Amino acid sequence: MDLDITGAKILISKPEWGGFMLTETVVVTWGVMLVLILGAWFLTRNLEVHPTKKRQIVAEMIVGAFDNLVSTNMGVKYATSWYLPFIGALFCLSLGCSLSSLIGCYAPTSDLSTVLAWALLVFALITYNKIRSGGILGYLKGFTDPIPVMTPFNIIGEIATPISMAFRHFGNIASGSVITALIYGGLSALSGLVLGLLPGALGETLSNIPIFAAGIPAVLSLYFDFFSSFLQAFIFCMLTMMYVASAAGDGAQ
Amino acid sequence: METSILAKAIVCGCSALGAGVAMIGGLGPGIGEGYAVGKALESMARQPEMKGTLTTTMLMGCAVAETTGLYSLIIALILLFVNPFTGLF
Repeated sequence: MDLDITGAKILISKPEWGGFMLTETVVVTWGVMLVLILGAWFLTRNLEVHPTKKRQIVAEMIVGAFDNLVSTNMGVKYATSWYLPFIGALFCLSLGCSLSSLIGCYAPTSDLSTVLAWALLVFALITYNKIRSGGILGYLKGFTDPIPVMTPFNIIGEIATPISMAFRHFGNIASGSVITALIYGGLSALSGLVLGLLPGALGETLSNIPIFAAGIPAVLSLYFDFFSSFLQAFIFCMLTMMYVASAAGDGAQ
Repeated sequence: METSILAKAIVCGCSALGAGVAMIGGLGPGIGEGYAVGKALESMARQPEMKGTLTTTMLMGCAVAETTGLYSLIIALILLFVNPFTGLF
């Protein structure tokens, strides 16, 4: 029984280019980005004031759903700013990256680097909004809240925000892929064991085919691939919206 | 030479044990999320018109409560796949 539980494979390694490495994560993310860009281009071609085509109605539905999400969680003034496309892009990229495991690619979100980059982006946004709402002195003073003795804990709490966001997304998707790999390995070992009991050449042939590994993992894939991907993309965006809105001083209703 | 192999064996065995022990941390989020979902169901039974908001808030709360469990999962994954202690000997 050989289990294939590895991180992203390194496709091209060039140490002489300052440690440049082209990993599977980057390639699959490029693919997802290409699909998203082409999808957006296709959906928004030949827009009309009164939509008659199906694809414009679909595009309006998607934009309307994000508009509703952002305006209920952050406030209406964010829905007209660049926060709406940012949240929408984050959601679509996260969902696309997680769902790419369905077609057998390595899911880029099961690499910590991808989600940590997104979480650091969100952290920069939170800090920017805090400084903009309270000034640099107000931001620094916020660390001594409620008493100056609490400063180290407040700093740890500030650093924990991006780390917990990244680990939550990474942990959910990566644990799903590890459990799926374990189940595949276990089921093929079991089918080899059970069908090996059949006598003669029939048993020898059948025990090499992992028959039990067909069908059963598909049910689990519904949870680990579809539900978990949607939920994690949604939660990442919800947390982004809540942190940014509370940092800017106008929280959710 | 033999001491080195013995040391590596002890490190590998203890890492596997540690990974198992770390996953005891999965208990907490399980209990916490179950409690949250139960409370959300109670509220939904009382006020079915609040279903949408309650579901969203419950999923958010579950995701945040899950964090400690995921920390232990990451400790276990590190111990199993990228063990930092095997390089010591």
